[in-house]
Amino acid sequence: MTQNPDPSPKNSASANSPSAASGFGWIDWLDRRIGFRQLSHEALYENIPGGARWRYIWGSTLTFTFIIQIITGCVLWMAYSPSSQTAWESVFYIQNNMMGGWILRGIHHYVAQAMTILLVLHLMQVIMDGAYKAPREINYWFGLVLLVLVLALSLTGYLLPWDQKGYWATKVATNIAAITPIIGPGLQKVIIGGADYGHHTLTRFFALHAGIIPAMCVLLIAWHVALFRRHGITPKRPLRKPDATFWPDQLLMDTVACLAIIAAILVLVLVNHGAELGPPADPSENFSAARPEWYFLFLFQFLKYFPGGTEIFGAILIPSVIMLVLWLMPMIGRSVTGHRFNLGFLFALLIGATVLTYLAVREDQNRPDIIAAKSSARESAERLKALANSPEGIPPTGAITLLRNDPLSQGPKLFAKYCASCHRYDGHDGTGVKLKDTATASDLKGFGSREWLTGLLDPNQVSGAHYFGGTRFKNGRMVKFVTRKVRAFTPEQKTELTNVIAAVSAEAALKLQKQLDASSTAQIEQGVHSFKQGIGCAECHQFHSKETDTSGPDLTGWGSREWLVGMISNPKSIHYYAEDNDRMPSFADEKILDPQTIGLLADWLRGDWYEPAEAR
Amino acid sequence: MHAHEPKAMTDPHAGCGCHRPERREFFKKAATVFFGAAAILAPVGAAISVLLDPLRRNAKSGSFVRVASVNAVPNDGVPRKFAIVADRTDAWNKYPNTPVGAVYLRRSKDNQIEALNVVCPHAGGFVDYSAQSKCFLCPLHNSEFALDGSIRDPKSPSPRPMDTLKVEVRDGQIWVAFQNFRAGTREKIPA
Repeated sequence: MTQNPDPSPKNSASANSPSAASGFGWIDWLDRRIGFRQLSHEALYENIPGGARWRYIWGSTLTFTFIIQIITGCVLWMAYSPSSQTAWESVFYIQNNMMGGWILRGIHHYVAQAMTILLVLHLMQVIMDGAYKAPREINYWFGLVLLVLVLALSLTGYLLPWDQKGYWATKVATNIAAITPIIGPGLQKVIIGGADYGHHTLTRFFALHAGIIPAMCVLLIAWHVALFRRHGITPKRPLRKPDATFWPDQLLMDTVACLAIIAAILVLVLVNHGAELGPPADPSENFSAARPEWYFLFLFQFLKYFPGGTEIFGAILIPSVIMLVLWLMPMIGRSVTGHRFNLGFLFALLIGATVLTYLAVREDQNRPDIIAAKSSARESAERLKALANSPEGIPPTGAITLLRNDPLSQGPKLFAKYCASCHRYDGHDGTGVKLKDTATASDLKGFGSREWLTGLLDPNQVSGAHYFGGTRFKNGRMVKFVTRKVRAFTPEQKTELTNVIAAVSAEAALKLQKQLDASSTAQIEQGVHSFKQGIGCAECHQFHSKETDTSGPDLTGWGSREWLVGMISNPKSIHYYAEDNDRMPSFADEKILDPQTIGLLADWLRGDWYEPAEAR
Repeated sequence: MHAHEPKAMTDPHAGCGCHRPERREFFKKAATVFFGAAAILAPVGAAISVLLDPLRRNAKSGSFVRVASVNAVPNDGVPRKFAIVADRTDAWNKYPNTPVGAVYLRRSKDNQIEALNVVCPHAGGFVDYSAQSKCFLCPLHNSEFALDGSIRDPKSPSPRPMDTLKVEVRDGQIWVAFQNFRAGTREKIPA
């Protein structure tokens, strides 16, 4: 410790000081020029009437957490890129590719939450101890402004990762700004940098988050601390112990508290593997689980009680009145009754906020759409992690492109939307939802595989709901063929049928069956032969032949990407069901889906998507 | 109460009317410093780790890239500039077939193809070819290089000639082992 124990700053700079004798003359040289001894003395030897107490720690812990936010924030800033094509991507890179990035981001995220809690505790302590009373009114107001600034930091920071959660939650917040009378719509445009969310929303929020608001905070904190030192601590009476000094008595308690806070934060960071990063913002995908940060949930819940047209009360007027009462507390608290009112108001406010938060959380916990949205977001985020780390990496158009072009991500949604009104996928609608109506067309899970074909050619299954049961082909030639002829097959014919199944399924060239197909080329060859010559398939179906007078679908390339795309595009084509087509729309010809979307559906049905293991 | 009031300025031990053992006081101070340092350790550590993350990234270069057809290089020994198109990784983005640099290609007297990196070895400027004075000229600090890349003017600020690159001709196509080198050194050290 270079701190001179002599508390008198005037004496410490004298030429006879111990530092001069021990070769630390430069300390005196420096002190004569900048007077740091007096400064540090004033900072450290503040008197604490009645001794150090745990109830005085909040200010120091807030300063500590703010410093951590500046340190972690500056380094995050160096890696963050604010634009709608790079914000999520740069955060993803911090989180997954930079050494210690997830810890850094995790600390920044959870310290922000800790700051809000500490601010509330600090406010409670100040009001309970009457520390807002004269002559400390202005310092109390500085504190209130700091509270609002820290909440603004939190609000702006929530959008920066540009994930679904932040995007949709912040949209709500900025839409609320728009209901402000007269200036609302203009205000909203100024905040979000235009008519809609985009690059400038991010650059503006980032400038606010990393520049303007922190600078205001630094100024106000400096002034707040200076004023606090000017007026001294408001001791809790009666004084229990003799007076002490800030250093080391109070500071010891403060550092213990800081250590406990950071320990709790590190536990949260490690348990949750840093802060969550949901799938990237997508204006075309709703996200039912969009919620503000938990400490804004009470406001969020509060808005639910205001019927259409009266939101302004819940969103602006009532919160403004509450802020006004908080602001006027030093005046109200001049009398004993007024101080009691303040205490009552504060606790009513805290209890109200707690109850509203609880209601919001409980409601969300019981809503299936929220639970589904959360789990689907987690899946998308995981999937995107795999896609982003693929050899192709993230394209310059942004990570959202990866998700939009990924059969595994889009297939289930497309199937549910366009196919599940008739078809099923393993009994559900593709996304896992069991539908109440019975299927009226085949179940397409495993379409193209030997297993699927084996079921189709099983006399007990072919007219079931899994295959032709719900269609006009229920009593068609195929069903009759399977239920009559196949049922009566001799063991040799059954072997031939197995070979045919292998041969037709090999046409699909499914990724999942690659090894099986490669290891059974002889069987496939025999199957091709049996198809054409033996068990009766060629009576209705074409298979690598040029005849066109067959009635059933052409099975050349059956189940392949090309075949499936053609089938979805136009089942009425001569190669598929022609005029026998049941109810299936021609998705391309009727312009229901574009070729890329049809390709995604076909790829998904065929199980053809990027798997991380392939890269190894 | 004011911080400059005499009470705040007196000996911290005097106010309490007791004399704390110095050892206890020392332990208190040591514990404060220790706890404070421990509390700041993890955030600062994580920050330094991310700050220094770029040290883990190395340029990957030196592999052969197809640049142009042999016919595209003038027969009279005049150099011509060609872009190097290769796959590039920029943090999270991967750009397939994108310009990553440029080279000058020329035919030597014995009709061999020679390749020079366009980057000036002095300070990394983009060297121009001056058709008028038939030499390479860096527009930054006026380093002058002859057509074969050697230093033309002895007073040239560049510490070494322009960086030559390995060339291979395969089926009439010129392939160059593209690489950047550290600027400002006498030796050619890969960047």
